[in-house]
Amino acid sequence: MMMCKEASRLMSLKHERSLTFQERMSLRFHLSMCGACRQCDRQFRLLHEACRGYGIDHEVDP
Amino acid sequence: MEDPAASGGDRLAKQRSIRLERLSSIRPKLVSFARMHLRDNAMAEDAVQEALMAAIEKDATFAGRSGYDTWVFGILKYKILDIMRYQKRQGRLQPLDDEESDEVIDRQFRKNGRWEAHSRPASWGDPDAVIESQHFWRVFDACMIALPENTARVFSLRELMGLSTEEICGLLEIRESNCWVILHRARLRLRQCIEKGWLEGETA
Repeated sequence: MMMCKEASRLMSLKHERSLTFQERMSLRFHLSMCGACRQCDRQFRLLHEACRGYGIDHEVDP
Repeated sequence: MEDPAASGGDRLAKQRSIRLERLSSIRPKLVSFARMHLRDNAMAEDAVQEALMAAIEKDATFAGRSGYDTWVFGILKYKILDIMRYQKRQGRLQPLDDEESDEVIDRQFRKNGRWEAHSRPASWGDPDAVIESQHFWRVFDACMIALPENTARVFSLRELMGLSTEEICGLLEIRESNCWVILHRARLRLRQCIEKGWLEGETA
């Protein structure tokens, strides 16, 4: 069974390429049982979305 | 409200001066962005200078569909990529040697593959509120700077500049699988660093 370390690899990888059916299913199964990894998945997604807007909403102190 | 007395020329001049002010106020943002990619102050200043000049020259081509800041950032992104590609052609772009081992990943997980207690992800709260928070962005910038140079470079190219991993591999001469590993490490490091700075800042 997949553990958190491998799950985090897939959570990252899905931002680079589509996961295979097998990978998607294993990840989904793991996430359904692991709260910490669900947080990690949200955070990777948040990082991805935040970066796309980098420099737009982002004020830097002079 | 349009002032019927103002000539078209006056309006243009006014608009131009507003934009010049805008450029000087976003300059620090642009420089820190360029520095993050080029990791060199002088080159970052040059890139920003060129981008600002291009923005002033091309002012008429700004269609106003996207925000002005975003438009200027778009120009800067091209300048930064131009510099990197030029360096590559000159053979001066250091091919990326992966200076990090998998230790970073290993330290966050136990032998059995579960999260270590100190790196177990916790909730950051509402994502929209997080992205809008100034505190988040200060922590984000600090954490980007804390990343090892090559990790930061690959992560920036992928997430901030929007290059595909294929393009990154071509530019930096690395294998795609290597690129994926670096991005995984970058995200794990950033995640942990942001969470630490974020939650500490919240309770401070």
